[in-house]
Amino acid sequence: MRTFSGKLIIIVLLVALVGLLSWAILSLPFHGASLRAQVFGNLGNSGVSNPVTAVLLNFRGYDTLLEIVVLFLAALGAWSLGIVRLPDTMHPARPFLLALLRILLPAMVLAAGYLLWAGAHAPGGAFQAGAVLGSAGILLLLTEVQLASIITNWPLRIALTAGVVVFTGVALGTMILGGHLLEYPRGWAGTLILLIESVAAFSTGITLVVLFIGGRPSKSDPSVALKTPEERKEQL
Amino acid sequence: MSVSTLYSLVGSSLFCLGLYGLIAYGHLLRKILAINVMGTGVFLILVALAYGSREISPDPVPHAMVLTGLVVSVSATALALALACRVQENTGSTKLTEDGSD
Amino acid sequence: MVPTDMVPVIAWPVWIIFLPLVMAIFAFLFRRRGAQLGIVTALGLVPALSGLTWQVLGNGPQQYAVGGWGVPLGIDLYADGLSIIMLTMTALVGIGTTIYARGYYSPTGEAKGTHHHQDPSLFWPLWLLLWAALNGLFLSADVFNLYVALELLGLSSVALVALAGGPSAVAAAMRYLLVSLLGSLSYLLGVALLYFAYGNLSLGLLAQSMTSFPASFAAIALMTAGLTMKTALFPLHFWLPPAHANAPAPVSTVLSALVVKASFYLLLRLWFQVFMNAVTPSAALLLGILGAAAIFWGSVQALLAQRLKLLVAYSTVAQLGYLFLVFPLAQGKGTGFSAWSGGLYFILSHACAKAAAFLAAGTVLYGFGHDRIDELAGITQRLPVTMFAFAIAGVSLIGLPPSGGFIAKWLLLNAALAGGQWWWAIVIILGGLLAAAYVFRFFSRAFSYVEEVPVCRDLPWSMELTALALALAAMALGMIFTQPLAVMEIAAPLSGPVLTGGLP
Repeated sequence: MRTFSGKLIIIVLLVALVGLLSWAILSLPFHGASLRAQVFGNLGNSGVSNPVTAVLLNFRGYDTLLEIVVLFLAALGAWSLGIVRLPDTMHPARPFLLALLRILLPAMVLAAGYLLWAGAHAPGGAFQAGAVLGSAGILLLLTEVQLASIITNWPLRIALTAGVVVFTGVALGTMILGGHLLEYPRGWAGTLILLIESVAAFSTGITLVVLFIGGRPSKSDPSVALKTPEERKEQL
Repeated sequence: MSVSTLYSLVGSSLFCLGLYGLIAYGHLLRKILAINVMGTGVFLILVALAYGSREISPDPVPHAMVLTGLVVSVSATALALALACRVQENTGSTKLTEDGSD
Repeated sequence: MVPTDMVPVIAWPVWIIFLPLVMAIFAFLFRRRGAQLGIVTALGLVPALSGLTWQVLGNGPQQYAVGGWGVPLGIDLYADGLSIIMLTMTALVGIGTTIYARGYYSPTGEAKGTHHHQDPSLFWPLWLLLWAALNGLFLSADVFNLYVALELLGLSSVALVALAGGPSAVAAAMRYLLVSLLGSLSYLLGVALLYFAYGNLSLGLLAQSMTSFPASFAAIALMTAGLTMKTALFPLHFWLPPAHANAPAPVSTVLSALVVKASFYLLLRLWFQVFMNAVTPSAALLLGILGAAAIFWGSVQALLAQRLKLLVAYSTVAQLGYLFLVFPLAQGKGTGFSAWSGGLYFILSHACAKAAAFLAAGTVLYGFGHDRIDELAGITQRLPVTMFAFAIAGVSLIGLPPSGGFIAKWLLLNAALAGGQWWWAIVIILGGLLAAAYVFRFFSRAFSYVEEVPVCRDLPWSMELTALALALAAMALGMIFTQPLAVMEIAAPLSGPVLTGGLP
């Protein structure tokens, strides 16, 4: 904003907006209508015992499916913006980081697995596990491990789409088998939810790493000047 | 005033603070952060009002909405950051020019 | 009308949403097959949409409980007359754009303007995901599900704009993304308030239980603000011209014809079906005034534009202004359905006409390497089919008979005059004159006879013919209007005669 009076007008309008929102919130009935009763009533048939996971993966699973597509879409969008060359030597040597990661990475993978498993009966689930896996992948990127040689085209594409493919497959499969879309067969709900969540967690982790790279990863060209992420951050 | 109402009012303040940041600052990274603050405000309202009490468990549907919203927000922020990097590479500046057309 | 449940196995809404989604995944995995997968999607949607239209025409609005749970616990898909109109519009423009893009991105014709480091094969997964998002949005009956679909739509649009490469496209994409996210967050806050006020997220149940809580007012204000931002209503339209003008040709088409209509569709649903008891006439008047301002401002800017695609983009801003006149016009006595059907007709015919215009403009840019209007003298001699398509599209945009645009404006004029709000009629007529001005400004150049005609590249015939086909569709809408009007009547929230006084 260029002018002080312009800023003042904006501030006045925003204070009015805060007032409007506060008035709306304060006028809400204290324990108004909600879907608590329906969720807890149907929790037994949902295949999991954590109500949030039941809502996410069963009652409103269609929302979660679209959300996984959004995550994939973000990676696709970043991918389409151009090629990012992963240099063969990422950084000057960081011995401490690599040594720490030797201990940390297996623990992170284990923690992700626990979060995934715990999602059925406690807070946890696919995205939490996927976030931990993604962080592990990003930390790995920051070391001298030659990820450029590990990340190749086809396996990466399959990994990115795996979550969407499995979730859509289960959804359409349940429809073809005679029920509604995403209507899990009786008794299979827990197993199918675990399957979807496992693949989604893995896929989410890989997607977060690709998003961190910020483009389509490819092998380096030694003649091209390299920009480390730190140099990029400094400029931005 | 109950705790949940207090937090929801904080959430609406965050929403408006973020909106101010989005409009007032020109630097792209600040705009992206401002959007994130706004998103956090909305999520805080959702979680705060979902609180039941010591005896009643919280309403799970807003919690699920927040989880979905978080993933969508992360995706959007990631795309915005990648775009901001490209804008900075192309034009050398980190602000969008006033004149939109070529 | 109480919606009837769909037989689970032949669930057309599911196929309409999932076919583009699955094909998008395949297009990402099999890069070389992108165009073919696009054609498969286009062909596959035709029977699905026909099946759904048949069901809605026969049995009234349809609903489908995803997951078998039903509202309020689960998410419902819902199809009525409005959904069918929007889906048909999406299919028409989508099929045309797919065929056009196949030629535009073909290996033989290297599309100008795509920089070498941008991969054109990524157009297909992005475009198919956008199509899936549109279909998902038009069929959803759950406010939070609509939020996720809106985000899907917004992110894919932004990625497609940035696909053109180059500084102006990337900057336009960045601006578009920020505006889009702001709009979505505003909408989400409205959803949150609605849930805590009424305890569910279903459009149908919210409509039944809507009362004048303060939270309702706040929710409709927030959602309207967010959605009008996404529909580029004046004065929040600043992001649209650079984004639509700098995007690749098939992308500009889809953005102007379809994406901006999606947020407007959501506004219609919320205003007329959910918030009926809570909206005030003054709010409707405000939207109408801003719409009129959009008509004038957009037309003036189109007159001043130097580039053809920028002219067409500003024309979109102007034409979207007409849509917002529906809100005050629907308030008049007995004019409800006239305004409603006028608005829907406008959406449909503008989509076909604007798509034809952008496809034609894209062909001009592709053929001549630039689109500066002053240097485009005499191009009709090189691209006669394309310019003919542009001319027909222009007729519909101005609103001359016998085009779809004329029918739409006639319905809106009728609503204005019958409801006693004659000032909107003046706005509509003046808007038509201004549209004629900027259309003829381009035509006077293009149709002039010059000795040395600029050289034009060879281009695939599909590019020229799809523009023509969509322009003819806009014209056909002017001649075959009983069927579309019958579809619009199904579960329309506003009743009344189509026209008071009848057509001549």
